[in-house]
Amino acid sequence: MQTSFRKTELWGIGIGAIIILGILPALNAFTPESNIFHISDFTINLYGKYLCYAVLAISVDLLWGYTGLLSLGQCLFFALGGYAFGMHLMLLIGKLGQYHSDLPDFMVFLGYPALPPHWVPFRSFWFAAAAVVLVPGFLALVFGFLAFRSRIRGVYFSILTQALTYGACLMFFRNDFTFGGNNGLTDFKFILGYDVRSAATQRCLFMATGVLLILTYVFCRWLTRTKFGKIQRAVRDSENRFLFSGYAAANFKLFVFVVSAIIAGLAGALYVPQVGIINPSEMAPDKSLEAVVWVAVGGRGTLIGPVVGAIAVNALKSWATRAFPDLWLIILGAMFVIVVLFLPKGIVGLPAQLFALFKQSAVYLKKKSEQPGIAAELPLKAPDSQYEKRIHPHR
Amino acid sequence: MRKEFILTAEGVSKSFDGFKAINDLNFYLDAGELRTIIGPNGAGKSTFLDLITGRTRPDDGQIEFKGTPVTKKTEYQIYRMGIGRKFQTPSVYSDHTVYENILLGLKGSRSVWSAIFGRVTPAQNEQIYHVLEIIHLKDKAQVRAGALAHGQKQWLEIGMLIAQDPELMLVDEPAAGMTDEETARTGELLLSLAGKHTIIVIEHDMVFVRQLASKVTVLHQGHVLCEGSLDHVQNDERVIEVYLGRKKKHDAIHPEH
Repeated sequence: MQTSFRKTELWGIGIGAIIILGILPALNAFTPESNIFHISDFTINLYGKYLCYAVLAISVDLLWGYTGLLSLGQCLFFALGGYAFGMHLMLLIGKLGQYHSDLPDFMVFLGYPALPPHWVPFRSFWFAAAAVVLVPGFLALVFGFLAFRSRIRGVYFSILTQALTYGACLMFFRNDFTFGGNNGLTDFKFILGYDVRSAATQRCLFMATGVLLILTYVFCRWLTRTKFGKIQRAVRDSENRFLFSGYAAANFKLFVFVVSAIIAGLAGALYVPQVGIINPSEMAPDKSLEAVVWVAVGGRGTLIGPVVGAIAVNALKSWATRAFPDLWLIILGAMFVIVVLFLPKGIVGLPAQLFALFKQSAVYLKKKSEQPGIAAELPLKAPDSQYEKRIHPHR
Repeated sequence: MRKEFILTAEGVSKSFDGFKAINDLNFYLDAGELRTIIGPNGAGKSTFLDLITGRTRPDDGQIEFKGTPVTKKTEYQIYRMGIGRKFQTPSVYSDHTVYENILLGLKGSRSVWSAIFGRVTPAQNEQIYHVLEIIHLKDKAQVRAGALAHGQKQWLEIGMLIAQDPELMLVDEPAAGMTDEETARTGELLLSLAGKHTIIVIEHDMVFVRQLASKVTVLHQGHVLCEGSLDHVQNDERVIEVYLGRKKKHDAIHPEH
């Protein structure tokens, strides 16, 4: 089994790491704003968001591209990770909120007498950090156990995951669900004792997201090259054969579902301090659908594909929603249709696809230029039977 | 006292939407036996294998493997009891190499943990190449299974079965879509396995069935019509009647004449 990294891949990871962890933060911190190479605080913040999306996209691809489980509710886990960390950030605001109370603003506004008991432990950073992993992981474990044990597959699985995220979304919209209703959690002031809105903190958060992305990539690269990775693709390609080869398919699917939920949760946790808000719209079904489009556009079944797709589509979105605000959803939809019809392997599969096309046309042209010669020569010179044989060698 | 059979099916029935695919089936198999099941389309041959391997559950009756009922167990539990199956249409992992297909079929731990942290031992590697040699695919070890010819896919799936090393092999139409030469080699392969494993073969090709020279069970409308040697069942009036219908039938069941 080949588990070692190829040289080019190592170089790629290294160069990516230098850009994300070295060059971009340095250009942001040490160049004056007048310099053409300067990267503004706004831009670094935007890139941080893209990197969170890239991690989320890898988690979608680990399920969809590698295991054939199309989850249309992956943003639920992303949002849950975000909420878990957002709760901690809410409690760090202290008396600096609008109402100068120990309680988060929305609780004062909604008339809570005291902090609800399940909020109390979120004062601890480490508890919140554990919740970022455990809450999405546990929900995935319970839902996955029930779904896979009942052998829910294919499109039914997709619909159920979408229903799950929609149900959660509606629940979080309720004011009495103690998570801030439709306003969600916002107005964060501090993180680990630093001002969350300062350029330096945002730069660190950007770099932390970069580290998460690289670790996620390396972890998934390793996992998909083990026998487990072969099993993922076996489940995807022929689940029946797999089942009758003595594997409890449900266990393997459950494992990968939980792992990808945890990855999505971690991405969500780093997303929240960078965008400064988490609300139930992050759980809306269309968010998860968008994540699936990133993976399809970038190239599913690869690890670099989702990263490329998430960054490319979101960069396009940032530009298009300013240039043509009304057309964005149409552009997104058209992109998905084009990719499904013409680019089955997405952007990263494009070079190979073009190369194959080029080779095909070269062969075709060569054949075409040779044919007239044969046709002109044979009927005149060759006896009938031989001619027949050369034209139809299989008769 | 009852004789110790490796597989018994008694009074088994199964209907799909009112259609009785299996109807009061009684079937007994000795350990180490090679048995061929024949029967016209829709006779319930593949459904019978589905019932043994846990793909579907019988409405009625009992199927026991070495005295243990299999009818309440899941596919992988039945596999772990020592029953392996080759499907009618070759089911291989088309995106994996031939080597990887055998690796995934190889007998051994089936846990998530061992899949992540386990490594292929030299002994396993040797075993895989041994199987590849048996099925004549050694030089194609690193070829994508999807790129194989139809007959080779059939062999690959039989290879996965050999790698599993089950006590009871259920082989559904192994010769379908093969050339005459490939069919003959498949027959030799199954005969060479017959000593070590108990095997049930489902087949349509009468030349192939004759080559196997085993006891034959004829299924008709989900029921055992007749059992015995191929010559015996070929001359049975009822078999000729159901298998061939009118006149032409004689040629179908005696293609070698």
